[in-house]
Amino acid sequence: MTDPDRQHALDTAETVDATAAQAGAVPGLPPDEPHHAGETRSQWRDIWRQFRSHRGAMVALVLFVATILFVVVGPYLWTIDPTYVDIRARNSGFSAAHPLGTDQLGRDMLARLMAGGRVSIAVGLTAMIIAITLGSLIGVVSGYFRRLDAPLMRLTELFLALPLLPLLLLMVTLFREPLSQNFGPAMGTFILIVSAIGATSWMQAARIVRGDVLGLKEREFILAARSIGTPAHRMILRHVLPNVLSPIMVAATLGIATAIITESALSFLGLGFPPDFPTWGRLLYDAVDQMVMYPWRVILPGLFISLTVLCVNYIGDGLRDAMDPRIRGR
Amino acid sequence: MLTFTIRRLLLAIPTLLFISLVIFLLLEASPGDPLGDVPLTVPPEVKERMREALGLGQAWYIRYVLWLKQFFWVEPLHWFDSVFGTQFSAGMQRIISFQSRSPVFDIIAQRVPQTLTVVGFSYLVGILIALPIGILSAYKQYSWFDQLGTFVSMIGFSMPTFFTGVVLIIIFGVKLQWFPSVYDTTLQVRDWDSFWAQVRQMAMPVTVLALYNAAQISRFMRASMLDNLGQDYVRTARAKGLSERTVVLKHVLRNSLIPVITVIALGLPAVFGGAIITEQVFKVNGLGQLLITAIHGNDIPMVLTLTFIFAILIVLFTLIADILYGVLDPRIRYD
Repeated sequence: MTDPDRQHALDTAETVDATAAQAGAVPGLPPDEPHHAGETRSQWRDIWRQFRSHRGAMVALVLFVATILFVVVGPYLWTIDPTYVDIRARNSGFSAAHPLGTDQLGRDMLARLMAGGRVSIAVGLTAMIIAITLGSLIGVVSGYFRRLDAPLMRLTELFLALPLLPLLLLMVTLFREPLSQNFGPAMGTFILIVSAIGATSWMQAARIVRGDVLGLKEREFILAARSIGTPAHRMILRHVLPNVLSPIMVAATLGIATAIITESALSFLGLGFPPDFPTWGRLLYDAVDQMVMYPWRVILPGLFISLTVLCVNYIGDGLRDAMDPRIRGR
Repeated sequence: MLTFTIRRLLLAIPTLLFISLVIFLLLEASPGDPLGDVPLTVPPEVKERMREALGLGQAWYIRYVLWLKQFFWVEPLHWFDSVFGTQFSAGMQRIISFQSRSPVFDIIAQRVPQTLTVVGFSYLVGILIALPIGILSAYKQYSWFDQLGTFVSMIGFSMPTFFTGVVLIIIFGVKLQWFPSVYDTTLQVRDWDSFWAQVRQMAMPVTVLALYNAAQISRFMRASMLDNLGQDYVRTARAKGLSERTVVLKHVLRNSLIPVITVIALGLPAVFGGAIITEQVFKVNGLGQLLITAIHGNDIPMVLTLTFIFAILIVLFTLIADILYGVLDPRIRYD
């Protein structure tokens, strides 16, 4: 904390004390909201209360949960196999048998959208977990251990200077074949895409976490923990990580959005999953050839991608507001 | 400032070398074979000689250094020769594409104008849309205009460009028939008719990219304006009796533009990357389309050179952003 900041904090504390003393001097007034006195107020409940007041984020959360239910529970209710080819019913419009129509091979679009969403969201979540784990690890290590700081930050800068989309395209094209042979076409592509996206999007998280850890290290409670001889690993796990959790969570939420968009972009360029394995991006790519005749087939998967990403972005926005203690409670 | 610039320039050299090595090794580790399409009837010894003719016979580090020499020495020399009519590069091997057997830089030079017209123009349009929106929504924070702006920009960067592009094609290209959906690069602007045709075919790709860029830049502009509007000097300016117009457009705007300009500089190379997708949607045969065909065709020199050019752009514009920040903001001292 710099000197003016500290002075400001002290001033505020003084003002608060003075106000409190004044309030105490008036006798006979009941305490504010007496029924709240016994209730425990955890940090998470505060965050949730603040989050609920962000209207956009709440709508987005509901929609996002609905989308997840649609892709996870949906296939149990709508039991048509997404790869079942019914050539006589091909290119049908919206009807009772196929509520969202069929594609050029007569495969049911509703079932394909559900199956595609499963893959797209799974890719988004897994890639985000990889990126965040890598990012927080590098961020915490470089913020906590001074000797590793410079080399790790140089590495981060190097990665930031890489042309990511061309490199992703390159990685996916070059390593699709060998991985498909080892893990099967679907699983191989999944591993490849998830690790490629994860390995190229950890840098922002690492920088944010490092900055926060650097600030945290100067605080008194870290000094106290160090003075009783806490070893480095417990220091990081017990004292540092819980305190940098909020920026990590915000970065994680936004990371899901980026990962979903990147996966569908790769699929759109024809470099994603194999054709018989639907994802939202792949469905869009397959439908582009017939967009003149059947525009809905392009619009539906595109809407799902956009809506999911929009929801995730709004949730991230709400989380950022809710987790910032300077805004919380206002 | 000068020492800072020189130090950063020197630091950029190992960075770029490392990046080129990463790309080279990635290509080297790939299982793809540039001779994979040669018929099986070709005898192995002929295939071996073809391999050597492509320069694939040597060890990887020799080829890497050779490529570095070609990129940093032969190509600039060749360019110097063609400008001044000298003969320095006579007899030197330029970087040759596996696919077309012509120099990589000649093909890139053919493709650059298309990418630059579409991408450059759309970035310009995006900035011109974004700045007023950002200023207004910060000045009237939480008004309906601000809410609408926030919502639209959220949609703007949530909708991937390949989706907005396809939707625009369906609406304006197919249903309304206002704009052509395929970009015709052979079109030459000679008179008003061809100029109008050029404007019409550029309308959709430029709109798609401009919307995407405007969404991001307007957010930055708004945040930066909000930071500055609460500062003490704004109160001083108002207390002096300056008109609201002068306060906002002269005092606040100038100060808020400093971070925004660096963001604009930083975003420029990313726009080239994003254009890869938009070029694919509208069939513009620019750099992005060249990269994708080269990747599909295992054209190692082309992929290596193009990706490296993208990396140079990123490093260069990061440097420009840092220097601009120091020049524009006297509070920043790099020494």
